Amino acid sequence: MAQDIGPEVVAYEIIDFAIPAPLTDVPGDVERGWTIVQNAANATCLICHAMPMPWQPDHGNLAPDLAGVGSRYNAAELRLRLVDPKALNPDTIMPAYYQAQGLNRVQEKYVGQTVYSAQDIEDVIAFLLTLTEE
Amino acid sequence: MNRSLWIFVAAFGGFAAYAFLAAGIAHAQAPDLSRFSVEDRKSGYVFLGEQVRALQDDDFQNPGMFAVDRGQRIWNTVDGEAGKSCATCHGDAAESMAGVSARYPQFDADRGAIINLELRINEQRMTHMMAPPLEYESEDLLALTTYIAGLSRGMPLEVNIEGDAAPFFEKGKDFFFERRGQLDLACNQCHDDLDGMMLRGDKMSQGQINGFPFYRLIWNSVGSTHRMFEWCNTSMRAEPFAYGSEEYLNLELYVAWRGRGLLVETPAVRR
Ligand code: HEC
Ligand code: HEC
Ligand code: HEC
Repeated sequence: MAQDIGPEVVAYEIIDFAIPAPLTDVPGDVERGWTIVQNAANATCLICHAMPMPWQPDHGNLAPDLAGVGSRYNAAELRLRLVDPKALNPDTIMPAYYQAQGLNRVQEKYVGQTVYSAQDIEDVIAFLLTLTEE
Repeated sequence: MNRSLWIFVAAFGGFAAYAFLAAGIAHAQAPDLSRFSVEDRKSGYVFLGEQVRALQDDDFQNPGMFAVDRGQRIWNTVDGEAGKSCATCHGDAAESMAGVSARYPQFDADRGAIINLELRINEQRMTHMMAPPLEYESEDLLALTTYIAGLSRGMPLEVNIEGDAAPFFEKGKDFFFERRGQLDLACNQCHDDLDGMMLRGDKMSQGQINGFPFYRLIWNSVGSTHRMFEWCNTSMRAEPFAYGSEEYLNLELYVAWRGRGLLVETPAVRR
């Protein structure tokens, strides 16, 4: 089906295992990021990661705890991790949250779509940077 | 909520209440699970909480037994222009069908392809009873399949992957290792690499099919292997294949072989 129904995917450049330039001009919104990552209907990080969110049930335990991730990585590194984790580890199970092409047999309603929008990515990065305590 | 969304939420979302219960009864007495694994192959039973195990263990509580009873009635019911029932030719299924499902799916010379138990039953209806096929995943086909597979309970899965079956087996194997969907995942990434880990509220199993058709609590019904494949495919946001499709039949052969030696548990009960 059509490849053109999804949002425009913003071009980005990977430099030294990071994506230094933000995907949008609007600075990331921490509150929005906080909401996005908890959305159980949209590939929440909690499927795989524990997060410092004690009110959330059943955190996954197959990926590193995201507590302290804001002091371990900077925005550029987190951006690559979200946009294209396979650039860091080709075998990873972590989904690319900002990839619409080069995928195999995508369910029709998701064709041409990314999991997160460019602004979602920036908002999630802003939120992750607040997770500074181990 | 639309269906696929629900599937996703069900896959990775809530069920906090269940997890809470399960946590509460953990660390009771370690049950003997040796019957549920062979070498490194483990039945989904091994990964269940104690309450779900108890449901499977007790035929009077196991909700899958309704399908077995219904299947037994259908076995004995005359249908189709030939005026026959399954029992007309096969007599007492407890004897004639014991061990049969453990050898399915298998290569079928007439089809020149893989056939599973569901499709074999429909083929029997059409050729021997002159009756129309039952719709895949209909209550009646599930019931008859569950009844027949249940008669192999306790027998080891033993499918033939040699000879004519070999090329189909290879395709099924490739399917298992191929990434798909918007989340770009392959079966093996979850079921080979992560068994025993928590994926949100789900304890990851090896994705074995020795208990099918099984009763799935979140579905509130019995379901086939192909419905489960569809569910896992849509969880990774991949376009599923049709029930009874060649792709799922080949996959079913590979997955059955992958669980070779595991004892049939039909009707198993799972979350
Ligand atoms: C399907 C499982 C899965 C999901 C969902 C997932 N991740 Fe990951 N993530 C992983 C795994 C596994 C790793 C470990 C490294 C690897 O395999 O790439 C990882 C690593 C990371 C890391 C590096 C952590 C470290 O300490 O090195 C960050 C940051 C991260 N993920 C953020 C996220 C965020 C934010 C989300 C949600 C928007 C998310 N992940 C969703 C599986 C997942
Ligand atoms: C994102 C992880 C994931 C992927 C990828 C995945 N599954 Fe699953 N699968 C699950 C979850 C979660 C369950 C339910 C809990 C369990 O039994 O492991 C499940 C259950 C199953 C079961 C039922 C096991 C039982 O004991 O009843 C089968 C069979 C299965 N999967 C097969 C597959 C096949 C075949 C594929 C590839 C098409 C696949 N899965 C891909 C997550 C996954
Ligand atoms: C007219 C007699 C007749 C009727 C009626 C009949 N079968 Fe059969 N069945 C056979 C014969 C003969 C075979 C062996 C070869 C074949 O498939 O024709 C067989 C084979 C089978 C097999 C394969 C056994 C194996 O070892 O692989 C199954 C399963 C089966 N039948 C189930 C059924 C079911 C279920 C019904 C009712 C829906 C049914 N049969 C109705 C005669 C019959």
